[in-house]
Amino acid sequence: MTNEIVLKAEALKKHYEVPRGMFQDAAMLKALDGASFTLARRQTLAVVGESGCGKSTLARLVTMIEPPTGGTLEIGGNQIVGADRTTLKRLRPKVQIVFQNPFGSLNPRQKIGAALEQPLAVNTTVPAAERRDRAMDMMRSVGLRPEHYERYPHMFSGGQRQRIAIARALMLDPDILVLDEPVSALDVSIQAQVLNLLADLQERHDLAYLFISHDLSVVKHIADEVMVMYLGKPVEQSSRDELFANPRHPYTQALLSATPVPEPGRKKQRTILSGELPSPIDPPPGCVFNPRCPIAFERCRGEVPELLEADRTQVACHAISQTAIAS
Amino acid sequence: MTLLEIENLTVEFATAQGAFRAVDNVSVSVDAGDVLAIVGESGSGKSVAMLAIMGLLPWTATVTADKALFGGRDILKLSSRQRRQVIGKDLTMIFQEPMSSLNPCFTVGFQLTEALKTHLKMDKPARIARAIELLDQVGIPAPDKRLSSFPHQLSGGMNQRVMIAMAIACSPKLLIADEPTTALDVTIQAQILELLMKLQHDTGMALVLITHDMGVVAETAQRVSVQYAGQKVEEQPVAGLFDTPHHPYTAALLAALPERATDRHLPSIPGVVPGQFDRPDGCLFSPRCGLATDLCRQQSPRQAEAELGGSLCHYPLVKGKARGHPGSEVAA
Repeated sequence: MTNEIVLKAEALKKHYEVPRGMFQDAAMLKALDGASFTLARRQTLAVVGESGCGKSTLARLVTMIEPPTGGTLEIGGNQIVGADRTTLKRLRPKVQIVFQNPFGSLNPRQKIGAALEQPLAVNTTVPAAERRDRAMDMMRSVGLRPEHYERYPHMFSGGQRQRIAIARALMLDPDILVLDEPVSALDVSIQAQVLNLLADLQERHDLAYLFISHDLSVVKHIADEVMVMYLGKPVEQSSRDELFANPRHPYTQALLSATPVPEPGRKKQRTILSGELPSPIDPPPGCVFNPRCPIAFERCRGEVPELLEADRTQVACHAISQTAIAS
Repeated sequence: MTLLEIENLTVEFATAQGAFRAVDNVSVSVDAGDVLAIVGESGSGKSVAMLAIMGLLPWTATVTADKALFGGRDILKLSSRQRRQVIGKDLTMIFQEPMSSLNPCFTVGFQLTEALKTHLKMDKPARIARAIELLDQVGIPAPDKRLSSFPHQLSGGMNQRVMIAMAIACSPKLLIADEPTTALDVTIQAQILELLMKLQHDTGMALVLITHDMGVVAETAQRVSVQYAGQKVEEQPVAGLFDTPHHPYTAALLAALPERATDRHLPSIPGVVPGQFDRPDGCLFSPRCGLATDLCRQQSPRQAEAELGGSLCHYPLVKGKARGHPGSEVAA
């Protein structure tokens, strides 16, 4: 079955305690505050938002680098919250991650072959000869040549290094690949190569992608579902076509209008947001977006909006839920 | 009036493995009030060319040009003292990383008033008044309080605004912005671009915008110069460039944009930009070009006529067709 659901998250939360010195209580930093989503094979869920919106925290929870502080997370039918070490150890190979900066995510003193074989050496009992064969196969399938096996990371360009990072993530045959801004450090022509590779690999390995990005043009190209986040909370969640054709939340609209379009002379309605992301330690009361929102009204400043169904999409906005009721 | 006129600028770096030519015969001309975008991937020499004009390259670099005039003066022949009088006053630059281009040890106010003191010889109360005015102009809230802030107390977007305030402090004739928004979030990028365009419009200064983001180019520039591996391959007004690119590299670059994709598979450019040791013979783009012939691989192309954007190609594209190509009338 290709559309089998491999990951299910409900009201996923990660709060950090931030000490504020001797005489004050510790503050609560709500890095992620209630995200619910599912991931199916061959499906790409894109998480969009600016820095500080909690998208990387989400990646850390899904890859089981850190435990969530609330909500539930099911991977391949197994509950992660409260799971024992053996279950986690068994599940971790199922979720792999590719980081943003291919210059930082590879060990400069390790040959490419060794880097690719390491996941197998640590997690499996595959003998050395077979590890080498599998590494060679994987290198071929991501477009690297066999002679690259003996080379060091500094001998590669950014695009090739990202191929290596992707190959390494696929060595354990995962179900889910978390891609944390995989192409934002790359040039346009190289970005296209890597995006094509990702599309091919998804078909070939039946992968589910959690694609984290701030670049809406890339998201529009690759995603099936999109979740827009702001200050730790999802504000709009819908299918790619719906979101780009019909953005409902004012933040999504602002994000879309702020993205430069490579079509000169195109006049468009610009909603330029004033101000910047507030501190997550001291979020504004009510809707977290209200200080920057062009249509904020009284209710937004007092009451937190919930993520509600509004035909074919989910939006967390008082203005939208009210008009939905009125009509 | 031509403000900046550079002809055949070449920058060579002396490296342990021999000379490396980072910029190869690039010509730039900017009029007063012009907005020129220089586009190219990393390694295309776009920043180095502008740093050479600013005189900010290390001693390992050799800069030569047939002509390098800024406001009628040869900027490559200025003494250090004369150069200091021009740079920071008439010719200023902002950089990609606002966090690392400000000095963390001094307050924003100190760094901002430094230029006013050096170039305009203002006294202290006048400097402070002007600094507050500048911070207000670039949209920093509570500017009088911000003067005593250190860069680490401000966000990236705010620091970039401070950089812009510093750059426009002495009402420059030309501002060079080197990837001013690459390190910023999209909503902040929109704010900064809006601010730059507004300042350009209000003050009438010329703006050179170095970027790799075709979206930013389309929304801001009047003219675009495309660079590849240190060479200028094409220059056109912005609308023409996006409609009818004359160089195969420009065409391929535009086709690789996800926004223009019609299919799940993007038309990508194979290979990478050549580095110091793998520079091909003939046309530098030939190993990656879909139209390359034996001629391209052996002989460096000459510039096509100005109507074709000075396209550096043996077979410049005319309405999407490669002119004079032996595989005749191949669609790019």
